[in-house]
Amino acid sequence: MNQDELRNRLFEILHRIAPEADLNRITPDESIREVLDIDSFDFLQVVLGIHKAFGVEIPESDYRSIATLRGMMEYLGNR
Amino acid sequence: MTPFRMPSLGADMESGKLTRWKIKPGDRVKRGDIVAEVETEKADIDVEIFTSGIVHELLVQPDQKVPVGTVLATILEEGETAPPPQGSARQRVSPFAKKLAIERGIDLSTIRGTGPDGAVTREDVERAVAPEAAVTPAPVPVASTAPIAGIRHAIASAMARSNREIPHYYLETRIDMHRALEWLKDQNLKRPVQERLLPAVLLIRAVVLALKDVPELNGYWKNDRLEMKSAVNVGFAIALRQGGLITPAILNTEQYDLTQLMAALIDLIARAREGHLRSSEIAEGTITITSLGDLGVETVYGVIYPPQVALVGFGRIQESAWVAEGALAVRPVLTATLAGDHRATDGRRGAQFLSALSGYLREPEKL
Repeated sequence: MNQDELRNRLFEILHRIAPEADLNRITPDESIREVLDIDSFDFLQVVLGIHKAFGVEIPESDYRSIATLRGMMEYLGNR
Repeated sequence: MTPFRMPSLGADMESGKLTRWKIKPGDRVKRGDIVAEVETEKADIDVEIFTSGIVHELLVQPDQKVPVGTVLATILEEGETAPPPQGSARQRVSPFAKKLAIERGIDLSTIRGTGPDGAVTREDVERAVAPEAAVTPAPVPVASTAPIAGIRHAIASAMARSNREIPHYYLETRIDMHRALEWLKDQNLKRPVQERLLPAVLLIRAVVLALKDVPELNGYWKNDRLEMKSAVNVGFAIALRQGGLITPAILNTEQYDLTQLMAALIDLIARAREGHLRSSEIAEGTITITSLGDLGVETVYGVIYPPQVALVGFGRIQESAWVAEGALAVRPVLTATLAGDHRATDGRRGAQFLSALSGYLREPEKL
């Protein structure tokens, strides 16, 4: 999967959580939770969405690594 | 024949718009079935029925807005038969009078018509006063002249009523969450991602257990007395993405273990945001929890949702200096508050509740 496909699949997951947001305006190093106003329940849904879409189970200790779009793409790109 | 009425989905609700029927005459319904969708100022709600039987007649059409208490449909209970057509004895009502009666929630059978052949006229209906219509809406404090969206208006009404009627008292305590969070981390390591627990679930479960110790905080203040409830229906304040807050309840929370509670909470949040809450979840909360820790708030001083008598507030869990066993340590500390209705309980019982709550969170294996 190339970077564009990875980004698109992440956007699909984030769109389900924050349908009103313009995801193309998120910069790579912004906090996803802050910019999309995502609470801990929504964030768990993001983790679940990633698990379903990519088959990757992210432990809680790695949540900091996926706090930004760049972090998510690097984390998933390495798996 | 049993009337199915527009339910009151909270102290602040005066009317609702029927948006869709999910039943038709002749359908069999049972208690708990979702039979209609109703749009209120706060949200779209799936309305349940609390009678079992056969649908006889639908009296209100979709897109009609009617006051709380208006008969929406009639249900024939088991063994009942439909009343025969009344022929010439049937009450005569002008179409406009009928429409007006529905709009105002007035039972036409209680009106004596003064028109030709005893027909009920518009004037007859206007003279009749529906109980719900007679209630003067609460004045709403408005901080600006901008139009208020429906949900804001509903919250304003309920909170204004609360501050007007409920003599609040506030208590707060700080809780060392070290053991609870360690225990949670251990639990989540063993669980698949779809069953992971969030700290909020521990907080809800601890509230439920503490209410067993101090049950006076779980109930309603009605008719100048406290009605304690045996079921613990925890209302959980949920922020909606379009703005505003709604506090649906997880019904019979005391029957759930942590895994079931987590699943119920995720389901409730998803349905709240999609507009698919059930009427009982809106109307039957017996206590409310507001957790604003995600937003960085340290301490929550909540406003009780009438007719409930208590609200528990949780701030964020933050690392703080903490003295444990005679030594200074850094611990994750949570501030929990109780807003209590002083008509129903006093500070002593409130303090006992917070003490019990703190105890359960310090011994998470008991949750």
